[in-house]
Amino acid sequence: MRARSEAEAKATEVLLSVEQVTLKFGGITAINDVSFDIRRGEIRAIIGPNGAGKTSMLNVINGFYTPQSGRITFRGETRSKMRPYEAARGGIARTFQNVALFKGMTALDNIMAGRSLKMRRGLFWQLIRHGPALAEDVEHRRKVEEIIDFLEIAHIRRVQVGRLPYGLQKRVELGRALAMEPELLLLDEPMAGMNLEEKEDMSRFIVDVNQEFGTTIALIEHDMGVVMDLSDRVVVLDYGRKIADGPPDAVKRDPAVIDAYLGVAH
Amino acid sequence: MELLYATFVDPFAQMIGAPDLLVQTLWEGLVGGMLYALIALGFVLIFKASGVFNFAQGIMVVFAALTLIGIYKLLTSNGVSNVHAAAILALALTIGVMFVLALAVERLVLRPLINQPDIILFMATFGLTYFLIGFGELVFGGDPKIMITEELGLPKGVINYQTLGGLISLQKLDIAAAVIASLMVAGLAVFFSKTRIGRALRAVADSHKAALSVGISLEQIWIIVWFASGLVALVTGIMWGARSDVSFALEVIALKALPVLILGGFTSIPGAIVGGLIIGVGEKLAEFYWGPLIGGGTDSWFAYVLALVFLLFWPHGLFGEKIIERV
Repeated sequence: MRARSEAEAKATEVLLSVEQVTLKFGGITAINDVSFDIRRGEIRAIIGPNGAGKTSMLNVINGFYTPQSGRITFRGETRSKMRPYEAARGGIARTFQNVALFKGMTALDNIMAGRSLKMRRGLFWQLIRHGPALAEDVEHRRKVEEIIDFLEIAHIRRVQVGRLPYGLQKRVELGRALAMEPELLLLDEPMAGMNLEEKEDMSRFIVDVNQEFGTTIALIEHDMGVVMDLSDRVVVLDYGRKIADGPPDAVKRDPAVIDAYLGVAH
Repeated sequence: MELLYATFVDPFAQMIGAPDLLVQTLWEGLVGGMLYALIALGFVLIFKASGVFNFAQGIMVVFAALTLIGIYKLLTSNGVSNVHAAAILALALTIGVMFVLALAVERLVLRPLINQPDIILFMATFGLTYFLIGFGELVFGGDPKIMITEELGLPKGVINYQTLGGLISLQKLDIAAAVIASLMVAGLAVFFSKTRIGRALRAVADSHKAALSVGISLEQIWIIVWFASGLVALVTGIMWGARSDVSFALEVIALKALPVLILGGFTSIPGAIVGGLIIGVGEKLAEFYWGPLIGGGTDSWFAYVLALVFLLFWPHGLFGEKIIERV
């Protein structure tokens, strides 16, 4: 863990930054003038009490929500809002708080869906399953099987995901995001509702993804132990405002954070 | 007692007594049912991908048929002398028009209403219906037209079979319709199960936000499903138009698709087909064997009563997805 932090401390290239983003729903301000950045190769945690605007922030980053004001810079390109398609094409993948899978499909098909943007062969070839499309299909399948092995879900690849237990659904969802070979992976409470063993597995996957594939990760999590263990830097939101930003140790000692969050929750 | 006999015994005795009539009735039911199934199929395609009940599907059938006839007339009156060539060209151009219609619907109706409640989209399809009625009448006139059946190379005439102690006659046109409809359904099934777009469509049907998150473009999928249901509408229009005139009165057949969808389930392609056939056959059997008991006219309500019974016992339809929601 420490070796990685040192290695990445040098790489300070900013992959994504949000500046002065404000998001309102009618009279409610979900995000109020928040700025922070995510550096290439780091694990960035976004924490805060319920209703702090964490999920809204992820939704702004991958284009589900359009902020009223502010700028988003991703890979050097600045814009006032993302669009989901642009975000996906630019290399932002995500998972959801309440698991959003294609319930009628098998685990394998779900993860294959993550390859949608990478499939380039024409319809005609796909229909006859021959020539270039077949070669391409085989290539995608190989990649997907690698991910399945990595996540240790080979035994459930043919099962309809709607019938899987929650912990495994979360893993399939992670697999679908990984199939996009993202630059930036957004995880919305990847360990919510999991038991201790599942949490440990998921933590291991997150660290491995970060280290082996070099994927930058931004995650929302409530389990403070997990957050402090995993993340390189933490940004803390409360009532839509940023109240702290920094390494886990510093954030943990920040009086504003203790007041708003840790002091109440623990 | 007499009534019970007439209701529960006599019709079946008739069926056994004259099997040739039974087979003839079943065949006609299947043919009618196939047309219902085709209309329902158009609904299912759009409902699956966008959760919208497209009220305009009925008028799309009329509009497609009118466009085909209109373009054909334009071509023949402008010097295309070979009627078959003109018909095929008109068919190709009509397919183009249906594509433009799909583009226009996506851009002008669906995109501005993205993320609105389903009922808003449903109302928008009402608007689309009345627009197409007005636009169609303006361009093609309101008088009934005759479908260019022969020019399209569809067969005419009757095949008679001497069998089962009687005569069974099958319209060649009906046989051709059955073959074309089966081919089209098979083609759609392959398209939606084997291609990237098919996978994307199923993905969109399952979860909009998950589909968006993997970079599937909702716009593209909508254009494709509206175009596909436009093609289905065109085939339906040709088949239905060949059996009667093409007029705006056909628009009400959209309402006949409702019981089919309730039977088969709103999201199932096989359901639409099976539901259509059940309604078609049921309608014909009821009309022929039980109709006389109550003075006929059963075909105007039979399908709806059947659908009502289904709603009571199988609210998700025969093939529909059971929706279990977490409270």
